[in-house]
Amino acid sequence: MALRSKTAREEWATRYRSGKRPPAEVATTLSGVPVEPLYTPDDLAGWDYHEKLGFPGDFPYTRGVYPSMYRGQLWTIRQFAGYGTAEETNKRYQFLLSQGQAGLSVAFDMPTLMGYDSDDPLSRGEVGHCGVAIDSLADMETLFSGIGLDGITTSMTINSPAAILYAMYIAVGEKAGVPLEKLGGTLQNDILKEYIAQKEYIFPPEPSMRLVVDTIVFAARHMPRWNAVSVSGYHIREAGSTAVQELAFTLADGMAYVEASIRAGLDVDEFAPRLSFFFDSHTDFFEEIAKFRAARRLWAHIMRDKYKARDPRSWMLRFHTQTAGVSLTRQQVENNVTRTAYEAMAAVLGGTNSLHTNSMDEVLALPTERAAQIALRTQQVLAHETGVASTIDPLGGSYFVESLTDEMERGAREYFDRIEEQGGVLRCIENGFFQHEIADAAFEFERKLEANERIIVGVNAYTEGDSGTVPTLKIGAATEHGQVARLRAVRERRDNTSVSNRLEELKLRARGPDNLMPTLLECVRAYATEGEIMAALKEVFGVYREPILF
Amino acid sequence: MAKKTWRVLTAKVGLDGHDRGVKVVSRALRDAGVEVIYAGLRQTPEMVIEAAIQEDVDAIGISLHSGAHMTLIPRVLELLKERQATDIVVFGGGIIPEDDAAELKKMGVAEIFGPGTSLQTIVDFVNRGFKAAA
Repeated sequence: MALRSKTAREEWATRYRSGKRPPAEVATTLSGVPVEPLYTPDDLAGWDYHEKLGFPGDFPYTRGVYPSMYRGQLWTIRQFAGYGTAEETNKRYQFLLSQGQAGLSVAFDMPTLMGYDSDDPLSRGEVGHCGVAIDSLADMETLFSGIGLDGITTSMTINSPAAILYAMYIAVGEKAGVPLEKLGGTLQNDILKEYIAQKEYIFPPEPSMRLVVDTIVFAARHMPRWNAVSVSGYHIREAGSTAVQELAFTLADGMAYVEASIRAGLDVDEFAPRLSFFFDSHTDFFEEIAKFRAARRLWAHIMRDKYKARDPRSWMLRFHTQTAGVSLTRQQVENNVTRTAYEAMAAVLGGTNSLHTNSMDEVLALPTERAAQIALRTQQVLAHETGVASTIDPLGGSYFVESLTDEMERGAREYFDRIEEQGGVLRCIENGFFQHEIADAAFEFERKLEANERIIVGVNAYTEGDSGTVPTLKIGAATEHGQVARLRAVRERRDNTSVSNRLEELKLRARGPDNLMPTLLECVRAYATEGEIMAALKEVFGVYREPILF
Repeated sequence: MAKKTWRVLTAKVGLDGHDRGVKVVSRALRDAGVEVIYAGLRQTPEMVIEAAIQEDVDAIGISLHSGAHMTLIPRVLELLKERQATDIVVFGGGIIPEDDAAELKKMGVAEIFGPGTSLQTIVDFVNRGFKAAA
């Protein structure tokens, strides 16, 4: 494929440069990838349709992992929610399900994410603030009360203590009579990106990886509808990385989980079909679409060629997307609805399998119900009014989008080599490589903003002075007091001897090579609290301190 | 008289690990000639005050995104009083709703920088001797 006449293109280029308004010399994507003013067949010289794209549902899945994509089934609208107590969040879930949402996504509060009980001194002021507080199985029972776990899928955003919350979810299912094989959902459980970006690590990398592998093995053996890990680029991007870094570091983490699971004795096809991914969708429309498409193509090649997976489902990269929290602005808050809508459209044109749209007020606090509803409606407008769901991969074949997709792939492969040269992902965490790369990119982004090389509406252009405030959701101190009281009641009600025996057993097993999931299940069934279980594991595994750099 | 070189301790207080903002601000202040000590993540108010006194800083810049600001920042102010170190200025940033920010300023926080604050605004604030713009 090439242009028949070079002359026509050259004539255009002359007209382009000599017009009344001289065009900007250089343009780049949000991540700094240079972009041309025009793309033609010449930019795709030697490009082969079957090699680069194939058909939807076929290797290398550039056009989507399913043959019918959104014609067959729309992406899953999955709004991340959780705040205050399990009881309050349960009400929000019932509401979201009644509004047409198909899956739940649990946001936990900081003490739960960091493995502290609500009455720990370090939890003061944090209980129920940025998610729901879960201390023991009793809270988990309340959280899913009245919701049929066999009729929904649940995604849980939890990392260091993921195995414990996973055990609690299984135990809730047991009590409701839902068998393991019918429980469907996803654990985020991506500890590597915690060291790289989000920093919610607790144990050192090696025992952390062991816990992740234990959950992968358990899910592979017992829970065919469960994704044990959602390999996440979202947090890497939000911490300030470029799109290429997000793509590269996430897939590198994915490879690290694959290698660890193979080392644990699994065949690649036993677990790889259940690995899922999670990406950010930022404001640069085409760059994001290219990133999603490149991710699918890269992963398909990695799984087939590098890890010799034979099951096509192992080759497919399925992913959830969340619109970019960092793109929201405090100034002129309502503009965030527009940003989120564009980002959501990029995710859908990139073939996402599920999607969370941020609420406009999340730059200020947890969303109000009104703001959360607008975010949900944004997806419904996208799905039913814009026509984007009618044609599969509608941008496939675009000279620009294909060039940019190739560029994303090239950039990611370059990073894979650099990571490999340094000895792999764990080494690159220890030597601060990822952290440096991200800190540099974040600083460069701010610098461009300061220099007005990059415009953000309402922030450094079209400003209106400080606009009026919007109502925000408040979490009162009563939440913390109530939660602490419930936790104490659980400790009084349960058989404390049985709890300490199980915690001793857990420490014993943690020192050995066994899979910890069965023992963790015993602990949560006895109503051992999350903080108690984590404390027992810390005794065995120790805690991690990161090198401080900025 | 030589221009004073300001010393600032930056820290993440509370349990969240969102360190993009504090790192970018720390770097911008360092590039502007401020001596910056970044204490790192998950610092308790007690740890922050201890480090601030030991390092003899002029100000403490606190970043948090977890929603615990109305518990932890007042605790920092309280400890400064207890240690008779109220000459150390406290400023902050992160996800802090505007009415909470107003209340914190009433308690004695010099400034709260919300999302979208330009780096220059923060550098100017430090160079003015930690005074909000007139």
